[in-house]
Amino acid sequence: MARKSDMVASEADLAAAVHAATGPLSVQGGGTRGVQVAGDVLDVSGLSGITLYEPGALTMVAQAGTAVAEIEAALAEHNQRLAFEPMDHRGLLSRRGAPTIGGVFAANVSGPRRIAVGAARDFLLGVRFVDGQGQIIKNGGRVMKNVTGYDLVKVMAGSFGTLGVLSEVSLKVLPQPETEATLIIEGLSDTAAVGALSRAMGSPFEVTGAAHDPQAGQTLLRVEGFDASVTYRIAQLRDVIGTGDLAVLGAEDSRARWIALRDVSAFHGVEGDVWRVSCKPSDGPALAAKAGAAAYQFDWAGGLVWLRMASGTDLRARLGAFDGHATLVRSAPHTQAELGMFHPEAPGVAKLSAALRARFDPRGIFNAGLMDARS
Amino acid sequence: MEMPVPSAAVLSRKARVVAALQEVLPSDAVIHDTRETRAYECDALTAYRCPPMVAVLPTTTQEVSDVLRICHAMDVPVVPRGSGTSLAGGALPTADCVILGVARMNDVIETDYENRIIRVQTGRTNLSVTGAVEEDGFFYAPDPSSQLACAIAGNIAMNSGGAHCLKYGVTTNNLMGVTMVMMDGAVVEIGGGHLDAGGLDLLGLICGSEGQLGIVTEATLRILPKPEGARPVLMGFDDNEVAGACVSDIIKAGVLPVAIEFMDRPCIEATEAFAKAGYPMCEALLIVEVEGSDAEIDHQLSLIKEIAQRHNPVELRESTSAEESAKIWLGRKSAFGAMGQINDYMCLDGTIPVSSLPMVLRRIGEMSQEYGLKVGNVFHAGDGNMHPLILFDANKPGDLELCEAFGADILRLCVEVGGCLTGEHGVGIEKRDLMDVQYAPADLDAQMAVKDVFDPAWLLNPAKVFPLHVSQSRREAARVAA
Repeated sequence: MARKSDMVASEADLAAAVHAATGPLSVQGGGTRGVQVAGDVLDVSGLSGITLYEPGALTMVAQAGTAVAEIEAALAEHNQRLAFEPMDHRGLLSRRGAPTIGGVFAANVSGPRRIAVGAARDFLLGVRFVDGQGQIIKNGGRVMKNVTGYDLVKVMAGSFGTLGVLSEVSLKVLPQPETEATLIIEGLSDTAAVGALSRAMGSPFEVTGAAHDPQAGQTLLRVEGFDASVTYRIAQLRDVIGTGDLAVLGAEDSRARWIALRDVSAFHGVEGDVWRVSCKPSDGPALAAKAGAAAYQFDWAGGLVWLRMASGTDLRARLGAFDGHATLVRSAPHTQAELGMFHPEAPGVAKLSAALRARFDPRGIFNAGLMDARS
Repeated sequence: MEMPVPSAAVLSRKARVVAALQEVLPSDAVIHDTRETRAYECDALTAYRCPPMVAVLPTTTQEVSDVLRICHAMDVPVVPRGSGTSLAGGALPTADCVILGVARMNDVIETDYENRIIRVQTGRTNLSVTGAVEEDGFFYAPDPSSQLACAIAGNIAMNSGGAHCLKYGVTTNNLMGVTMVMMDGAVVEIGGGHLDAGGLDLLGLICGSEGQLGIVTEATLRILPKPEGARPVLMGFDDNEVAGACVSDIIKAGVLPVAIEFMDRPCIEATEAFAKAGYPMCEALLIVEVEGSDAEIDHQLSLIKEIAQRHNPVELRESTSAEESAKIWLGRKSAFGAMGQINDYMCLDGTIPVSSLPMVLRRIGEMSQEYGLKVGNVFHAGDGNMHPLILFDANKPGDLELCEAFGADILRLCVEVGGCLTGEHGVGIEKRDLMDVQYAPADLDAQMAVKDVFDPAWLLNPAKVFPLHVSQSRREAARVAA
C-alpha cells in the first residue's frame, strides 16, 4: 500500500519530485476517489488556490490541489456553478479528505446533469501537468473555443494521473439557474421508466436530470431555470409522460434529492461491491436484469447504472459484451487487484492506450497498473 | 508557405501505387491523370495549391483500410479530405501524396431517437445530418458557417464550432464514437452509444487532430430535440468597450443565450452596403439570441433589454416574429460575402478572453493603419472567438504576404492576451508556423508524441499543424525506418 511522502507546494516542486522519484508514485489530491495503488504518495493538495476567475467570461483557473468546496464557494458568490455536477465519493467509499478540483478532472467525475450539459471533460479548457520525466507541459488554454494543436486536455481528463500529474486546470463554469423542480412518476417498471426518461429527454423542455430509483419506485425528471420557465416545463413534461401517478418536488427538496442520487447515498454504509455501468440508455434495464445485483439505480436517462453486488462478483463476466463499460468503484483491495477497476479495452484500443502511457510516463511510475489492460 | 520537398522516390513509384490502388478500388475511384488530380489541388485556403500524385474516393471502411495499408506499405503520404472547405489548408496536398476523399461515404447508418444518437458515414455534410432528423424534431448542434458543404469528417478533424457553441458546445462535445482506420490499415472502434470513455479518452484526442492520427470513416453523433422557438434582439452601441461590458453583464446576470454575435463598424458598413439589413451605423452591433417557448423567450429578452438599456444603446430592436428574426440575422450571415464584394479577404480565427475585447479591437485598428490594410471584425462574443476579415488584393504583388504578416500579428496578440491562435478552423498550414508562439518546445513535443503513437511512420497529413523545423527530425527518422 501507499506510503506517505512530502507534500509538494509548487509546480516546480512537483516537477522536481517526479524527476527525483525512484519508484512508483500514488498520485493523490484529496484521496477521495478510491484509487488503490502501491508506491509513495505524491500529495498535490498543497498546490492550492484560484488564480483567475472571470464571471463575465464564464472561466476560472485554479491550482489542481484547490478544494472543490473552495471553488464552489467562489462560484456561488457570483451565482455560478460547476454545471457537470461532480459527485462526492466520500460517503460511498467511506473516505475523509477534501476532494480537489484536479481529482475531479483526473477522474472525469460528473453527476446527473452530465446527460444534459456534458461531463467534467467537456468543461475542462486547459491544463498544466508534469509528465513522467518531470517535464512541465501545457495544453489548451482559458478560452472556450480552442483548436490549436491536439486536444491533450481531453485525454488528461479521466486519465487518473497515469499520463501526468495535473498542476493547474482552466475550466468553464455556468450560471446558477434561478430555481429548479423535479417531476416524480411513481411505480414504473425499469423498462417503462427508461422509456419515459427517453421521451422526456427527446422533448424540448430541457430536462437536466433523468433518473430512476427502482427501490423507491420513483422515476425523476429535473428542470432548472427561471421560475416561470420551470413551472411551464414541468406542466409540459406532465403531458409528455401522459397519465400516471405524478408528484412535484419544489426547489429545496429537489436539490436534496439530486445530491442523494448524485452521491448514490442508497449504497452508503451498506455492504457489497459498487459498480458503475456506462451504457446506451435503452440497454440499461436489460443489463441491470442480467447483473443480479442486490440493489441498483439508473441515472443519465438509463445510460448510467449504479449496482451494489455481492463482494467479489465479476459483473463484467455476467454482462458479457455490450456497448459501454463497467467500472469497479468500491471493493476490497484484493477484488480490485483481481478484476481491475477499469473495463478491459478492445485489443486495438488497449494497444494505443498502453503506448500513450509509455510515451508520457516511460518509467511507468504514475498510479502503476491502475489502468493497464488485463486479459 | 513552405512545404516539404516531394519525395522523388515516391513520385517514381506512381505507376505501381496507382496499379495497387486500382486492385482494391473501382476504376472511377482512383484519379491519377494530371488533368483530373488538379481538382484536388486546394481547399478553401485557395492561396496555396498543389495537385496530389493521386486522389482516391473510397465508399467503405474496408476500402479506406485497403488504401491505407497499400500507402503504408509503399511509404506514400496520405492527406485526408472531407469536402475541402478548410480555411486553414488542412486538406492541402503535397505533390507526392494520395488524397483520400470521403465524399462518397455519405450514408446514414442508424438513427436512434430513443438514445438521441445518429450514426453516419463521415463524408456526409454537416447540414444533411440535421436534414436526416429534423422532420422528427431533432437537430445536430454544431453549425459551422460552411455547414451546407462541409463534411462531418472535416468537422471531427478540426473540432469545428459555429455560432451556437455557447449553449451546445463544439464537435468534441457532440461526438460519441468513431470508426477509425489507422495508417497501417487497422480498424479501431472508439466510443459508441454510451457516455464517456471506459479508459483513456482517445475520442477526445482524435477530435481536432486534423487527420493526423487516423481516418474517421463513421461517427456516432449526439442529436438534440429542437427548441420550441428562438428569437434574437439586435443592439447597437457607440463604443466597443460598452458593447463588451454589455455582453459580460448579460452573462453575469445568469441568462445563457444560445448565441451572442458581435460586428464592428467596418463590418457593419460593408454588410449594409451589400445586404441592406437595416443595421444602425454605429461602432458595435450585438445580436443576442435566446431559445424556448414564446413566453420564455419574452422573459429572457426583457432581461437582456433591461441590461442593454443600462449601457445606452443607440438601437435596441427585439424580434417578435420569424420575419424580423431573419432580417436581424441577414446582415450577420452576409458578412463574409459582403467583405468579399469589396476585395479578397483572409479570415482569421483567434480566440481571446472576452474581457480583452476592447483592447484587442483597438490594437487591430492601429495595426490596420500601420499595414495599410482594412479589416472588419465578426466575433462570437459569448465565447471569445474572433473572425477578423483582412481585405487585400490577390492580384497586387506582395499584398498576400502583407496580409499574412498582419494576420500573424493579430494572432500573436490573441495569444499575448491569454487566448489562442485558432478557435474553430484548425491549424493546418495557415497557423502552423505560429504554433511556437503559443506552445513551448516541450508542449509541442508532447503533442507529437501522440502522433508517434498513432502514426509512427508520420505518413498521415505530415506537413501540417507542427512547424516543419519542429517535426523534421521525426519525419526524417520515419523515412529512414521505412
